[in-house]
Amino acid sequence: MRQLKAFAIAAAAVTAMTVGAQAQDKEITLCWAAWDPANALVELSKDFTAQSGIKMNFEFVPWTNFADRMLNELNSGGKLCDLMIGDSQWIGGGATYNHYVKLNDFFDAEGISMDDFLPATVYAYSTWPKGTPNYYALPAMGDALGWVYRKDWFARPELQAEFKDKHGRDLAPPKNWIELKEIAEFFQGRDIDGKTVYGAAIFTERGSEGITMGATSALYSWGFDYEKEPGSYDMAGVVNSPEAVEALEFYKSIYDCCTPPGYSDSYMVANLDAYKSGQVAMMMNWFAFWPGLAKDEAVGGDVTGYFVNPGQNVEASTLGGQGISVVAYSDKQAEALEYIKWFAQEGVQKKWWSLGGYSCHKAVSGAPDFADSAPFAADFLVAMNGVKDFWQEPTYAELLQSMQKRVHDYVVAEKGTAQEALDKMIDDWTITFEDDGKL
Amino acid sequence: MTTQTVDQAAAAAARATPQRIAHRVRGLSDRAIAWLFISPTILLLLAINIFPLLWTVYLSFTNFRANQPGREFKWVGTRNYERLLGSEDIWGYMQATAHFVVWTMAIQIILGLGLALLINRAFRGSGFWTTLILIPMMLSPAVVGTFWTYLYQPQTGIFSYILNVFHNFGPIDMIGSVSLAPWAIVIVDTWMWTPYIMLLCLAGLRSIPDYLYEAAEIDRANWLQKFWYITLPRVLPFLMLAVLFRGIENFKMFDLVVELTSGGPGSTTELASINLKREAFEKWRTGYSSAFAIILFVTVFGLGNIYVKALKRVTS
Repeated sequence: MRQLKAFAIAAAAVTAMTVGAQAQDKEITLCWAAWDPANALVELSKDFTAQSGIKMNFEFVPWTNFADRMLNELNSGGKLCDLMIGDSQWIGGGATYNHYVKLNDFFDAEGISMDDFLPATVYAYSTWPKGTPNYYALPAMGDALGWVYRKDWFARPELQAEFKDKHGRDLAPPKNWIELKEIAEFFQGRDIDGKTVYGAAIFTERGSEGITMGATSALYSWGFDYEKEPGSYDMAGVVNSPEAVEALEFYKSIYDCCTPPGYSDSYMVANLDAYKSGQVAMMMNWFAFWPGLAKDEAVGGDVTGYFVNPGQNVEASTLGGQGISVVAYSDKQAEALEYIKWFAQEGVQKKWWSLGGYSCHKAVSGAPDFADSAPFAADFLVAMNGVKDFWQEPTYAELLQSMQKRVHDYVVAEKGTAQEALDKMIDDWTITFEDDGKL
Repeated sequence: MTTQTVDQAAAAAARATPQRIAHRVRGLSDRAIAWLFISPTILLLLAINIFPLLWTVYLSFTNFRANQPGREFKWVGTRNYERLLGSEDIWGYMQATAHFVVWTMAIQIILGLGLALLINRAFRGSGFWTTLILIPMMLSPAVVGTFWTYLYQPQTGIFSYILNVFHNFGPIDMIGSVSLAPWAIVIVDTWMWTPYIMLLCLAGLRSIPDYLYEAAEIDRANWLQKFWYITLPRVLPFLMLAVLFRGIENFKMFDLVVELTSGGPGSTTELASINLKREAFEKWRTGYSSAFAIILFVTVFGLGNIYVKALKRVTS
């Protein structure tokens, strides 16, 4: 009997060791951009590994090369990534070219409901064709373009007085783009604590998506739209409307008047550097950076204030953020789906927000105390209610590059007029849609 | 080794060769054996050079997109070429490329030859200075591009600082200014590749026999005459070779300029190869970009041929 007991214990130990080893052998790779929220996700995913025994590997690529690198990976059927947190605009290509696994059956089987997530994020990050109940991603990271300002500078009595004298109102976060420009002009070239400072850090980057994201933040506020009717690809008179022309001219005027010298190719990191080093009074960037900024030694705490992208004709913000998808070429789809199942849980989503990731789960962002949970949380909700995204067509990369060129040519290189830039953009986009069989 | 031992070794090798193979080899002509030896190389070249070229020519007449491999693609005739040749933008990229190639070559020839003439003189520490001058060309273009963006930084960069020592220009935005950016990339390429031209010129200078200068001395030729009638003709083939290599390289310049300006501001420094990469691997217009690649290939090939003929005339 004693021998039998010893044998049973030994057998149980061997079995446990084997199962444990098998679980440890399992590993999946998650691909995303290299930025603050990615570090938070690494921290969060430790819980997943502890629970499931599946080891997580991460492939993070800097934003400027992210689309290039990852779309090449998807287009070549690469097996590097099992999970992809791809940009919102990739959803059309991901679904159409079968890069992403359709998740409807999985969601049904696991009881994951899209009704539990903010509608704007489900629409933007998960569905293709847009708005249909065909899901290719779980909303993972809500994001929108927002602004920060130097609250400490704004609060200085002498600056308050001078600004009021000049503009007849308090020096406060702007309510529209005209006010934003007035504030930027006010600070441009000003001496603060013995250092020359500038008005605003805006997106002007040429290579990837920078200037498009920046310029659309103005265009959307002027009421810009991509087509007359959704799905019509009828762009004339909308893309180049008088309002769009005015918005683009306005964005250029801010670039001309109020950015630091040499600000012709700047995106997220350059803006953060300019702001953190005390060069600018205001900065446009993604909400994703606000948790990190709030903790920053130099500009965190009460030094920084936050505001939503100002409206002009309408209230609107450029959409950022991403959904998480399972890559169709992965050999480890079961493990990848297990990760999504785990990630969709309410408790995990709450922890995600606490670590610095913007949860799209209603239980988190819809909770009554959410608005007070961080100094920028309320603004995030406001922004997410008015977000607008770039084309999410399968040919989005081509459409994006055309806009990058036309807008950069006009805003930075002073080539032609805003009207010409937008007219040429329509010509480029028409060729793209014709080649794609949409026109 | 004497003739006898060579013969003995050949005989021993023949004895060691199995009878049947020996017969077979004996049955082949020298020409056939030569073909046998070079055929693997030719096959490899066909596979990795000629086939892709022909395939690119074929794709240039289609609407193929590499990111949509499952989609049927159509023969579109000369549409891609018509769009390219009718596009204002393409001529802009070609002009930017021409500006870059012409100015980098012109400046690098003058500076490279000048440096070679200086270094060629025997002086103490010439080896050290030669090595020091050669360092830029040993660096990676990506590294050079990145650190020059810092040097060009208008507020904190040393380039702007030095110019402001001579005159109060204020912050000079080399990369963001439409008028200065084309020169910014010329300066960096010149900094990096002038040593290469210098090196080839130095090889030319060192190949000139001293007696020619001694004869010129006897004929009381001045330094300009010696340069014009001895140095330049002797160095010219080396210089032209350097220009050929660098010209081709600069025509397809990509990495350095992408790191420096990303082709901006706007499209001011968007060279043909940068645009080609954007069309091919960002927009995924494979058919269209194939047509552009063929146009660039024909241009470089044509110009290269003309140049090589000129080079042959000079060397003969």
